[in-house]
Amino acid sequence: MWYLCVFYHRLLDYRIPEFESLADLFGAFGDKRSSDFNTQDKVLQWRLPKHHHPDSPFHFVHLPYEDVARKIANRSILVKGIYELWGEGNDFEELEEAVKSYPDERKLPYLEYESTFKITVDSFGKVLSLQEQNERIQGLSYIPFKGRVNLKNPDHNFWLMETDENETNNGLPPVVKRRIFFGREIGVADRKLIPMYQLKTRNYLGPTAMDAEMAFLMANQAQAAPGKLVYDPFVGTGSILVSAAHFGAMTMGADIDIRVVRDGRGPDCNVWSNFKQYGLPMPIGLLRADNNLPPWRPGLKEVFDGIICDPPYGVRAGGRKSGGRKLLKGIVSPYTVPDDKRADHIPSTAAYTLVECVHDLLDLAARMLIMGGRLVFFYPVLREDGSVETHFPEHPCFKLVATSEQMLSSRYSRVLLTMVKTSLYTEELALAARIKHLEFRENHLKWLENGNLHSSVFSPADAESGDSKVSKESKLKYRGKYV
Amino acid sequence: MRLLTHNMLSSNIKGVTNGFPLKIQVEKVVEKQVEINHDFLRNIFPKIDWKAFSDASRIMGYDEMPEEPPEPSVLELNVEFLGKFHHALLELHLEEGALLCPETGRKFPVNKGIPNMLLLEDKV
Ligand SMILES: C[S@@+](CC[C@H](N)C(=O)[O-])C[C@H]1O[C@@H](n2cnc3c(N)ncnc32)[C@H](O)[C@@H]1O
Repeated sequence: MWYLCVFYHRLLDYRIPEFESLADLFGAFGDKRSSDFNTQDKVLQWRLPKHHHPDSPFHFVHLPYEDVARKIANRSILVKGIYELWGEGNDFEELEEAVKSYPDERKLPYLEYESTFKITVDSFGKVLSLQEQNERIQGLSYIPFKGRVNLKNPDHNFWLMETDENETNNGLPPVVKRRIFFGREIGVADRKLIPMYQLKTRNYLGPTAMDAEMAFLMANQAQAAPGKLVYDPFVGTGSILVSAAHFGAMTMGADIDIRVVRDGRGPDCNVWSNFKQYGLPMPIGLLRADNNLPPWRPGLKEVFDGIICDPPYGVRAGGRKSGGRKLLKGIVSPYTVPDDKRADHIPSTAAYTLVECVHDLLDLAARMLIMGGRLVFFYPVLREDGSVETHFPEHPCFKLVATSEQMLSSRYSRVLLTMVKTSLYTEELALAARIKHLEFRENHLKWLENGNLHSSVFSPADAESGDSKVSKESKLKYRGKYV
Repeated sequence: MRLLTHNMLSSNIKGVTNGFPLKIQVEKVVEKQVEINHDFLRNIFPKIDWKAFSDASRIMGYDEMPEEPPEPSVLELNVEFLGKFHHALLELHLEEGALLCPETGRKFPVNKGIPNMLLLEDKV
């Protein structure tokens, strides 16, 4: 059945991937045990309201049943609500006609005598006064509501939603056209999570802690859930694992910086206390390890259901630009850097280089994730001439299922990549990875010996405060405004 | 450090071929409660190196894990065993102590529950 999905108007690139990850988690694509489940394309059918731009908060989505829709809405960070549409139109006459012709057997069960209900009026692109809202509710008298109104805790919630063109759009096409929707609420988001977990309230903070909203999005991309084990190889203060633990997953993390992962700022201000603060189960394991020299025993594989991280690329650090830029420009994929170019790609100034870091991460994930497990991580891109390089790391074990960009400044973006493990980690892959590892290794050891460790670890992140004005033409306004 | 973590770690010192299992040197063991999750235990059970796990549980002062790996069906049939397996795997916690490389004897310290698997002589 088709449902009306209304998104929050932010992080536009993250909306559909989050929705589809949750749809998969809640079984919208069928039986997880079937053998081709991992390779199947798990994308939903989407439609836009008439004349709406893809950036519009209003979308129609096809889902197999209502229960999936409700679960997605309740867990999603970017979905405001999902509704069963009873009618839509360009004006109130059209709406009335549409609602009247919507089948009774779909409507009447929600209009019964014994039930309670509430109608909410919502508008996008304009503000409605209380009086205007009441008039609109009165105007719905053609719907045979028999139940009682209950504003606090109704059995059924109905929504009248109006969109209006927004003239002040910097010459860009408007994202929405005038349209009116009426529908029954299936589920709405719980945005209370965001203020509750916001970093301001966090006991133990580091300069690169992940903000709560993004951390939740990452955990949703990774499909964190009870009974699963989620690993962050660059755990830092644990901000990403906190969100995974909130969704019921067991967590494990490692970091190269022992002060960060073990000591924190004292006995009640450390990674553990960040979980205790919210009444969440503590990580099952925290350790100090270098992701370049992982301490996992030989033969151990397929233990993690998800790996989520924000790797230490160093490109976000103010002081290391020269190394970082060159590095970014040339990179295609860690497996396809041509030999004669390689020297350029491992600048001695860069700490743990992008190529190397991504190589290690993909190799770790290929080995340690279960089949169908998810690797979710940020990848930096340099924007040139307003276009974003679209070449992302590849690995034979993985299928890239989502890429979501967030601009950090006029020059840099970070893209959240979601990869699903679709093939087994074979001996050949392990061997190829070992060879590659040795090539990098010398460089890495030199870097460690040079005493670069701590300076590279907690370098200042200027990313979050960077100006976020410039953008792709069509996305100019919205991105600049909200990201 | 829980025994689950111990079961996953080995000495990654250059040149070491038999770095698993790491010998546990106990200074202080604490018990930390973890909510039991049957799905998780069932998923993780086949990944456990049983001998290393049951030996380690005894070193940590817990005698209830058999030396021979139990049949996976035990997890379905025997709730009592499941509880004990859970306790040994996830609730026994090495707070202070060390892990020793079985080949070189090199010591990986465990402080405040965190094993330090990266040893840089000059700066820790
Ligand atoms: C971008 S931060 C991630 C911060 C983390 N998400 C948090 O909540 O605090 C990257 C982290 O990777 C760690 N790191 C750097 N190089 C590493 C390596 N080779 N192996 C493991 N961790 C490393 C740093 O100490 C830092 O804490």
